[in-house]
Amino acid sequence: MNINKLIVTSFKNLSINKLRTGLAMLGIIIGIGSVIALVSLGQATQSDVQSRIQSLGSNLLTISPGSQTSGGVRGAAGGVTTLTFDDAQAISSSPQITTINNVAPAYSGRSQIIAGSNNTNTSVYGVTSAYVSVRQIELQLGTFITDNDVSTHAKVAVLGPTVVDDLFDGNTNIIGQSIRINGALFTIIGVTKEKGGSGMQNQDDVIYVPLTTAQKQLFGVDYLSSIYLEAISSDVMIRAQNQVGYLLLSRHNLDTPAEADFTIMSQADILETISEVSGTFTTLLSGVAAISLLVGGIGIMNIMLVTVTERTREIGLRKALGAKKRIIILQFLIESVILTFTGGIIGVFFGIAGFYLYTVISGSTFVLSISSVFLAFVVSTAIGILFGWYPARRAANLQPIEALRYE
Amino acid sequence: MDTIIIKASRLTKVYNMEGVETIALSDISLQIKKGEFVAIMGPSGSGKSTLMHILGALDLPTSGEYFLDGQNVEKMTEDELADIRNRKIGFIFQAYNLLPRTSALDNVMLPMAYAGIPEDEQLKSAKQFLEIVGLGNRLHHTTNQLSGGQQQRVAIARSLVMDPAILLADEPTGNIASAQADEIMSIFQKLNEKGHTIIMITHEPDIAHYAKRIIHIRDGKIVEDARNGKQKKLTVS
Repeated sequence: MNINKLIVTSFKNLSINKLRTGLAMLGIIIGIGSVIALVSLGQATQSDVQSRIQSLGSNLLTISPGSQTSGGVRGAAGGVTTLTFDDAQAISSSPQITTINNVAPAYSGRSQIIAGSNNTNTSVYGVTSAYVSVRQIELQLGTFITDNDVSTHAKVAVLGPTVVDDLFDGNTNIIGQSIRINGALFTIIGVTKEKGGSGMQNQDDVIYVPLTTAQKQLFGVDYLSSIYLEAISSDVMIRAQNQVGYLLLSRHNLDTPAEADFTIMSQADILETISEVSGTFTTLLSGVAAISLLVGGIGIMNIMLVTVTERTREIGLRKALGAKKRIIILQFLIESVILTFTGGIIGVFFGIAGFYLYTVISGSTFVLSISSVFLAFVVSTAIGILFGWYPARRAANLQPIEALRYE
Repeated sequence: MDTIIIKASRLTKVYNMEGVETIALSDISLQIKKGEFVAIMGPSGSGKSTLMHILGALDLPTSGEYFLDGQNVEKMTEDELADIRNRKIGFIFQAYNLLPRTSALDNVMLPMAYAGIPEDEQLKSAKQFLEIVGLGNRLHHTTNQLSGGQQQRVAIARSLVMDPAILLADEPTGNIASAQADEIMSIFQKLNEKGHTIIMITHEPDIAHYAKRIIHIRDGKIVEDARNGKQKKLTVS
């Protein structure tokens, strides 16, 4: 009996008992499919987070006010008022600072926004015109806040797409219309393009107003919540951090960096922090996937073991009719290979399709983890083949009559 | 035609089931010459099937020696045994043991496939033998579409396709009507006349009388071994 004939026989055998074949394949399909979907989900989430952070710009520095430590007494965080508009101007005008292109001071707070009968609660950013280039904001409609708007305390607003959805049900023909922020009337002059979250907050769920308007009219403050800096390139980030840091230290009359009442973070710093978090997340998901693979593998093992054991009588009969041990084992091996490979390919298909469906529904990026497909396929088929082969070999080693009597 | 084809001396078979020893065969010695037609009779549990399985190289005795066509079965390799079962022995099981959900033709072709016979020849002989047993119009019926008697005849066709020197039949007429039983016996007698050695288990004296020699077994021992003086002969058509 040659190999070709055996392959034909194997296909015949598999098609004779469609239910048994189908069940065995189902085990493999579910095993492989779930692992691929899970691992892909984990990796996609991680790369999603990273790409979103990178989309914020790799030469961005963020100065946040930190609590001042004086005489061992640390002030309350959050309520710090140490960053001012003058600090921002000093950074942009200082001759010692050679590494910064643009300075964008900002004040942000949350407000209740009303437009007609709709209302929402969202972040309101008081910004200057520099914000557009520093934070890489793109507009889909209208214009952004100008320097003139800032100096005249203009009551104009630029809306993020989420806010437009919330307030105007996605209707984009809204330039020139009015909204109320904390009761004050603002005219809409622009809508930004969709950008996605930055890990912590949704950058599309914001309203931009002139910095001075936000400080004086809306929130009644004279300090900043952050200053965004655009370095001339991503290679000079450390130098920029140092230059700005020492300038601010001397402006705040502080002697050493340990006393600093602000923190300067680069995107690299943020990326590192978030990568640590999402790395933990991926480890967790990989753990779940590993368990799925194990459980799937045990499922495959079970069904193959039962399927082949059930056919011990058939093996006995084949031996009684003169089949050599080698031929029987080869036949069952070929059947296992066909079964696990077909099941494996269908499983890969379903895993990818399931994950694709998830990305469509959730709007996240479709990144296929080739290594997980490979791993799931190899492990599952290896288990399938091993446990198709092992009981067949055991049965083929029996005397024909023992196998025939097997129940 | 005096060659001894089966020579068994002091065969015993002991089954050990969960610590309980059951003696199926004790000290059986037996010689069968080429061209004999032997019926083995005995009550159920007497060990006749066990003896048949050992004679058919499907099982090994616990002790004793068995020479099949001059070769010591115990000393043969697995593959040699497979060849013996394939080419020298045709076995008809009491429970037919056909492949389920497989056509009569495929079932009969199976031993030839293991012998490496080309497929067109397999097909030709399988058809020929199914016609001999009267199933020429049931070639493509699967096992579960055939009646007990028809399945029995497929099993007989399967045992004959390799033209084996020895035909071993375990209750070949156990499940079929007597008219069909006579038909099968006539096939056996024809084969016997062509020189095939036939050993058949039966509990029906009627059927046993088709054989030339009748051996009685009880409690794993041969209690009677006699030439059948009044062999029933069917008119060979």
